[in-house]
Amino acid sequence: MTPTLQLFLIVSATLFSIGLLAVLSRRHAIFILIGIEMMLAAANLNFIAFWRFSPHPQSPTGVMVAIFSIAIAAAEAAVGLALVIAVYRHYRTTNVDQLDQLKG
Amino acid sequence: MNNIAFVAVAILTLAAALAAASLPKLIHAALSFAMTFVGVAAFFFLLGAEFVGLVQVFVYVGAVAVLIVFTILLTRRDVEDTGGPNWGGAIIAIAVFGGLLWAILKAQTLAIAALPIEPLTVKRVGDVLMTDYVWPLQCVGLLLTAALIGALILVMEEKR
Repeated sequence: MTPTLQLFLIVSATLFSIGLLAVLSRRHAIFILIGIEMMLAAANLNFIAFWRFSPHPQSPTGVMVAIFSIAIAAAEAAVGLALVIAVYRHYRTTNVDQLDQLKG
Repeated sequence: MNNIAFVAVAILTLAAALAAASLPKLIHAALSFAMTFVGVAAFFFLLGAEFVGLVQVFVYVGAVAVLIVFTILLTRRDVEDTGGPNWGGAIIAIAVFGGLLWAILKAQTLAIAALPIEPLTVKRVGDVLMTDYVWPLQCVGLLLTAALIGALILVMEEKR
């Protein structure tokens, strides 16, 4: 008895929803970035699971997509955290509720 | 790939993810975040993608978690998440989870077991990366360079 594809998809859907919960309910900018990273990890888990359970697992397409996706997520994290630091310098806060200068 | 390892890794990953999404102190949440990514890497090992699992540990637990901790320490003034829980966000997240779960459980073609494969070696990954995927690889290199230069420019001290 081994886990089926469905179980992996359920785990990654749960991880995605927890990431979405962190993005939507937290007010601290770094938490929002953490939530986005979790959602990206859930997508990577789906890529690897679909590759492993596909009828032709010999061509490593899913693995390649996951590797590139990890690289892009790393670039996104670097720029996002730099933005958090730049915003903190200007406004002395990282609470996204207080960053409302552009609000009409 | 057996059930006990799967259940153990799933519980570890999801518990760490919930902790990262709900702990009020930033540093605790960042450490739970690192734990979540160790769990995701363990899933990659279970699925036979050892190289991706190692990359995940290097990039997330090694680099991104350290970056997040540094950012928390540089923005020290508010280290706790203030304000009550946001129920609207929780309702949306639960609705999305329900929709995904319904779709996954409804598709009967997804209830399949994995075919046995020969292990994916790092040599094979390198071969494919340098032949079929050489242009995406160059583009990702360019993107990483641009992102790092952009991050440096963003955090540089402004001349007054």
